[in-house]
Parts: sequence; structure tokens; C-alpha cells
Amino acid sequence: MGLEEYKGVYIYAQQVDNKLSDIAFELVGKAKELAADLNTEVTAVLLGSNVKALATELGEYGADKVIVVDNPALETYRTEPYAQALVSVINEYKPEIMLVGATAIGRDLGPTVSARVKTGLTADCTKLEIGDFPINAMPGQEQKHNQLLMTRPAFGGNTIATIACPDNRPQMATVRPGVMQKLPKEAGRAAEVIEFNPTLEENNRYVEIMDIVKAVGNVENIMDAKVLVSGGRGVGSAENFEMLRDLASCFKGGMVSCSRAAVENGWLAQDYQVGQTGKTVRPQIYFAIGISGAIQHVAGMEESDLIIAINKDEDAPIFDVADYGLVGDLKKIVPQLTAALKEANADA
Amino acid sequence: MNIVVCIKQVPDTKGGVKFNPDGTLDRASMLAIMNPDDKAGLEAALRIKDETGAKVTVLTMGLPKADAILREAMAMGADDAVLVTDRVLGGADTWATSTTIAGALRNLDYDLIITGRQAIDGDTAQVGPQIAVHLGLPVISYAEDIKVDGDSVVVKRQYEDRYHVVKAKMPCLITALSELNEPRYMTPGGIFDAFDKEVTVWGRADLKDVDDSDLGLKGSPTKIAKASDKVPKGAGEKVNLDPTESVNYLMEKFKEKHII
Repeated sequence: MGLEEYKGVYIYAQQVDNKLSDIAFELVGKAKELAADLNTEVTAVLLGSNVKALATELGEYGADKVIVVDNPALETYRTEPYAQALVSVINEYKPEIMLVGATAIGRDLGPTVSARVKTGLTADCTKLEIGDFPINAMPGQEQKHNQLLMTRPAFGGNTIATIACPDNRPQMATVRPGVMQKLPKEAGRAAEVIEFNPTLEENNRYVEIMDIVKAVGNVENIMDAKVLVSGGRGVGSAENFEMLRDLASCFKGGMVSCSRAAVENGWLAQDYQVGQTGKTVRPQIYFAIGISGAIQHVAGMEESDLIIAINKDEDAPIFDVADYGLVGDLKKIVPQLTAALKEANADA
Repeated sequence: MNIVVCIKQVPDTKGGVKFNPDGTLDRASMLAIMNPDDKAGLEAALRIKDETGAKVTVLTMGLPKADAILREAMAMGADDAVLVTDRVLGGADTWATSTTIAGALRNLDYDLIITGRQAIDGDTAQVGPQIAVHLGLPVISYAEDIKVDGDSVVVKRQYEDRYHVVKAKMPCLITALSELNEPRYMTPGGIFDAFDKEVTVWGRADLKDVDDSDLGLKGSPTKIAKASDKVPKGAGEKVNLDPTESVNYLMEKFKEKHII
């Protein structure tokens, strides 16, 4: 079969407990851009049991079509029935691109499906675009157009690679959660819903789920935080860390962390320390508040996607790694920033 | 019971990363180690061996120098070691790598195959589940606890906000998290013994039921279009304003970046 028979940008719409995961909307958002470049549509693939109602939400966030596989075997995530269902969708509808979230589910489902349909899969992409492969025309090699160019960090984030899958379809990628933007919700926008009922064959690869244990909320690990509001010597006291907690609470997945100075002063436990002798963190946003930015601290946070420093000393080395640096009094800036964010959240 | 643990030799990213003058990674000057998730998988296998007397075989695909991690594994307590090495296998993506390893595994008796969740150089987490596909085995990824129960394994499978306790009939494949355990040290006696033991070396001809078209660079569906080292982070914008203006400035930036 020719590669040109494969059409459309598809995303795997992950749901857990019959609730769509944020990554599903983020993937729809990115898929819309790719589909616009390819002049095609975005199809969300929804697998589960009694999940049809979720198709409405996918439509409101931009999906043009939703393929629903509704089957009691898909009630809780298990590799085998989910892989069978997604492989059946791919074989039946032949997508050109298939995006999956790089979650604990997607990083199991993605490789299982790509190996079964024998195609390429690029892991944990941070950038996706449509372009030519090879990027620059090379003599003696056909340059293919409208390819998915998948960019990802590798080697512990020290290299960046752009990868293509020119000869196999679908072009598959898992995408890091939180990297792509979801579109604004458009109430009433509806997707075409297609019900698809492939036979899911129970075989030796089925596993039995004996127990499901949901994590208790009070076990905090700053390495899991999406946003870290980190305080140092300049915060001044344990009480002043309340300001930082308020700021952290404005962000989903926000937590407080600190520098070694704050631990030595007894303001926070060592579990919250970032740096060479503490933890290495890579949140999407890292606030360095009242932290001078010694190399031992910077070593633990310089890979954060966005670094914001607030410090009264304008020569503090933290400003050398900060994307946005505010010179000023943290005790005045932080409460005002918290108030502004709360207001913005209330409007959203 | 037979357990095969698939391990990989990787450059140690913790000790810092060095670049050649042309900007490519200087792998030669970096320390090569056993991948941490794989080492946890090996330790899990050795604990099952301690309890049940299982036989543990370690298998790696790589350059001849990957022999070092196989010796390390034997010094920790693995019984046998296999090195799959051949020029035609180089440049493989995860499809070609998993095809190769599955081809080697078909020569071995196994009840349980353990791999690491992911290697710290490629970070894909794909090879384990893909080996399971090639061999037609059930897969349980992200294991943080493994117990053998008769002809089954019971595994604590980690997700972001929960875990599942999952039971699978053997043979099956499990991918291990480094959180699983604290790997044991090599013993001095073990190190001596490890260097007296033979490592089985296999090449292309020893892979069972594998097509040439699925191996190495040629057999890899994904192709690298461009690779570069990450640009060192430079200083961004710094402003010195009164508090209200500072906050306004930052809120503007958040809007631009779609953070709010």
C-alpha cells in the first residue's frame, strides 16, 4: 500500500477514570497546527468503557472527528486491549500522523502500537513541525515534502535531535505533557463522532489487575513539580515562606522549594533543597526568590524551562541564568504577583 | 526458572557531559556505566535468584567494550552473559534494536525478561515494550516492585497518580524503574570469578527469525534529520522597576508565553 493513502492527523485522547487527561487537549491543539499545514483534519481516538460522552469536550477543544472504541475490556488501562484497539483504528482509518502523550500510559502504549504496525516512534517530543526530509536537498537523495519533523531532547537533555520517519506510516510521536498549548474552549463546537467496534481478542498477553491504589496527596516530591517557587536567604524567615506557598498555589502542580541557605536556617526541610547537594529539578517554571545563584544551586535548576529571578541585588549571579529577572524587594513583589495571578485565574 | 535481564552500557550523564570541538558529544572521554534502570532490573532478578534459585542471564547489544558491564553483572551474581555485537547492527533505532534483541532472546530459555524502563542516553523507554511485541509476550512497564507467585509474577506498576498491582502469567516481560531497589555491590570474589567466566558473543548470524531489512541503520524507520548540542543558557531580560510595574511586566510575559 502506498504511503499517500495515509491521511489525517490523529491524537490518542487519554482518559483515566472516564476523565480526559490534559495532554489530550494539548495534543489536539498541536494537531490543529499540523493539520492546517497539511490541509487535513484532526481526529481524536478515544478508548475506554462508557466514554462516548467525552467526545463532546474533544470537539469543543478543536477535534474535527472523534473515533470512539467503547468496550468493557477498556475500562482500566492495560497494555494489550488498548494496543489492540489502537492498532485496529490505525489499520482501519490509516492516519498519516499519530500523536500520543508521553505519560506513564502513553510511553507504554506508543511503543507497543508502533512495533505492531511496524513504524517509527519518536519519544518525548518538545517540538513538531511539517517540513522537508532531508531538511536540505541532497544530491542523489529524494527530498520528501510534508514530513513530520519531530524534535526532542536526548542524552539527559544535553542534545537536541530532529527526527523524521520518511518511509513508514503513521509517523508516530509521543509528546511531553505541558509543552504544547491547548486551544481555548469553544462551547457548542461539535466533532463528528464515529463509533468503531473492533473485536478485542483475549489472549495470553492480557494481565489481571488485582488492586488500584491512588496516591495520597500529601507526599510531595519537588522533582515532580511543574512549577517551583524557590526561596533562599533573602526570604528572611520561615514565616515569609508563606508568601511563596501562596504564589505556588496559583499554579497547577506548583510547590515550594529552597536553597541550601534556607535549609541551614531551619526554614524548610532538606527534602525541599535544590542544588548540587539537594535535588536536581526541571520544572516548567522555576522562581528563584531571594536566591543569589551560587553555582551549586544553579547546577540543580538550570534545565528548568523558564527561570524567573527576584532579587534586590542586581549583580546577583542568578540573573545570568534567569529568563526574566526582577530587581527589587521580594516582600513587595511576591504578594502583588500572587494577587495578579489569582485575579487572572479567576477570569479564566 | 530462567530470567534474562537486558542491560545497556551508557555514558554517565551525571558526571557532566563533554563535547568535541566540532560540537558533537565526546563519548570517549565520558565514563561508561550500566544504565541505572537496568541495574535495578538486574538486582530484582538477583533477589528472585536468592529466593528461588533462578538462573540469571544478562544480555547486551553494543560495542565489544560493553563486555565491561556484563562482567560487572556477573560480579554482582548473574550466572551467564551474552554480548550481541556486529557492525551491521549499528545505528539502530528502537525498532531495529528491539528486533535484534528479540532475535537473540529466541535462542535462550526464559520465563521472565527484565529490561530497564529507559536508558539515560536515548531516554525513549521503547525497547522493552517492543521486545515484548516481537516475542508475543505480555508486558508490564514501570515496575516498582516484582514478586514471583508460582507460574505468575505480581508487579506494582507505577502511574503518575497511582499504582496498579498487576498479575501476569509467565513468560512475560517487565520494565524496571530505578526506584525498585538499591542494587548490590560487586564482591571481590565475584569480580575474580566474573573475569574467569566466558561471555557468549553473538553476531548477526546468531539472531533467530530476523530479516536483514529490520536491522541496523538501514532497518530503522526513524532517521535523524539534525542533531546539535543544546545551546548554553544565556541571561534573559533583567528589569529594575517599582514593584507594581515589575508585576505588570511579568504578567505580560506570562500572557505571551500562554502560561496564563
